[in-house]
Amino acid sequence: MSVAMPAVDITRVLTRISHEILERNNGSESIVLLGIPTRGAFLAQRLAKMIQAIEAKEISAGTVDITLHRDDLRMKPLRPLVPTMTPIGGIEGKDVILVDDVLFSGRTIRAALDALGEIGRPRSVQLAVLVDRGHRELPIRADFVGKNLPTSRQQAVKVHLSEIDGIDEVLVENIEAS
Amino acid sequence: MRHLLSAADLSYAQTLSILDTAQEMARVSEGPVKKLPTLRGRTIVNLFYEDSTRTRISFEAAAKRLSADVINFSAKGSSVSKGESLKDTALTLQAMGADAVILRHSASGAAHRLAESQWTSGSVINAGDGTHEHPTQALLDAFTLRKHLKAGVGDLRGLAVAIVGDILHSRVARSNVILLSTLGAQVILVAPPTLLPLGVETWPAQISYDLDATLPLVDAVMMLRVQQERMEDFFFPTAREYSHYYGLNNHRLTTMKNSSIIMHPGPMNRGLEITAECADSARSVIVEQVANGVSVRMAVLYLLLAGSQDEDGVLIS
Repeated sequence: MSVAMPAVDITRVLTRISHEILERNNGSESIVLLGIPTRGAFLAQRLAKMIQAIEAKEISAGTVDITLHRDDLRMKPLRPLVPTMTPIGGIEGKDVILVDDVLFSGRTIRAALDALGEIGRPRSVQLAVLVDRGHRELPIRADFVGKNLPTSRQQAVKVHLSEIDGIDEVLVENIEAS
Repeated sequence: MRHLLSAADLSYAQTLSILDTAQEMARVSEGPVKKLPTLRGRTIVNLFYEDSTRTRISFEAAAKRLSADVINFSAKGSSVSKGESLKDTALTLQAMGADAVILRHSASGAAHRLAESQWTSGSVINAGDGTHEHPTQALLDAFTLRKHLKAGVGDLRGLAVAIVGDILHSRVARSNVILLSTLGAQVILVAPPTLLPLGVETWPAQISYDLDATLPLVDAVMMLRVQQERMEDFFFPTAREYSHYYGLNNHRLTTMKNSSIIMHPGPMNRGLEITAECADSARSVIVEQVANGVSVRMAVLYLLLAGSQDEDGVLIS
C-alpha cells in the first residue's frame, strides 16, 4: 500500500481545478457543481467553497445519486439510495460540473449522465475528478483531472477525505490475487 | 428478503429502509421525467383474484416507473372462471418468466402458499390475502404518517393512531397493527365488539368501544371500510346506527387535535364510516395515501428485485 497523494497535494489540485473551472466557463455565472456520492459530494462542496473564495459570490453545489441508473445492479448486492440534492435554481440551461473521486471504467459517469436527464437539461456537462486511473470501458474522459495515476487492474485506488475518513489521502493498494 | 408476505416479517431496520427508499422514489414521482431504468427487462405479474382499483393500479404504476414489464391478470375473464387452480395459473406464469408475482386473493394465506411452493421462482408480494394481511398498505400508511407527523424522518415513536371500524374483516388493520407497533406508535382499535376478531387482546394494541373518548387522544385516525361483501352475519343493527356510533363526522372532527390527520385505505363508503365533509376536509390525506402508495411500492419492488438474486437481504440488514 502506498500513498499516491498526501493531504497537501489534494488541496493543491483542488485549488488548481477550481481555477480551471472558472477559466473554462468564463467565470462562475452559469456553473452548478454536482457531486456523486459519497466522496464526490464532499469534493463538490470543497470546490464550491474554493470558487466562492475566488469569486466572492455564492456557488451552488448539490449531489446526484446514480444508484437507480447503474448497469451493474443485477450483478451486485443492493445499495441503499442516497438523496439527490439539486441546488435551488435547478440545472436547466446551466453548465453542470460533475465531480467524482476516481475515474475508472467510466460507467459511473454514464449512469450520472442518465440521472441528470431526469432532473433537467443543462447547457453543458463537464467532468472533474480527483484521480484518473485509466482502464476506461466507455468513451468518456474528464475535463478536469487532479492527478493521472497509472495503475494496473490488480490495484485498488482508495480516496480518503477528512469529512468521513478523518484524513485526506489517496492510496494505491495491491489486491490479493484470488 | 425475497418475498413480502406479512408486515410481521419486517424488522424495525428493514421497515425504515423501505420508508427511506420510498422517500427517494417519491422524488422521482415528483420530477419532470417519472421513469427510471432500474428494473428494465424484469417481468412483474399482477395476479388479482379479487377486485381492486388502487392497489393494482398503484403496483402497475410503480413497476412501470421502474421500467419493468407488467402483465395484468384478473380472475374475471381468465381461465380461472373455467376452474383453473392457483397452482396451474402460477405454473403458467412461471413458464412465461415472471420475476415477481403480486398476488391478491380472497383466501387468507394464499401468498404464503405461493411463496413456499415450487410453483414460481420469482418474488411473491402479498397485495391482500383474505382477511389476513396487506403489508404494502401498512407501509404506505406508515409513510404517510411519518411524512405528516414526523417531518419524514425516523420512526413513529410517540404517535397514537386510532384504527376504527370493521377490524374483524380488515387485512389493512392487521398489517397496520403489526407495522405501526414495530415503528413504535401506539395503536388503538375502535370497533363494536361484534367487529373485533377473536384473540384481539393478544395484539400489540389497545381496544376501545368508544370512538368519542378515543378521538381527542390520537394524532391520526384511520377509518376502515365496512366490508359488506364479507359480512355473512349481522354485525350491527342498521347502517344508521353504525354511523351514529362509529362514523367520522364534522362534530367528531372538532374534538380531535388540530394537527391530526384523517386516513382511509379506500374504497370509501361515504356516509357510512365517514361523511363526505370529513373525507374532503383539509385534514384528510386520503388522496395523498394513493400517491404515497406508488412510492412505497416502487421501493418494495426495488429492494426485492434490483440486486443480484443470490445476495438476499444484503441491503436490508
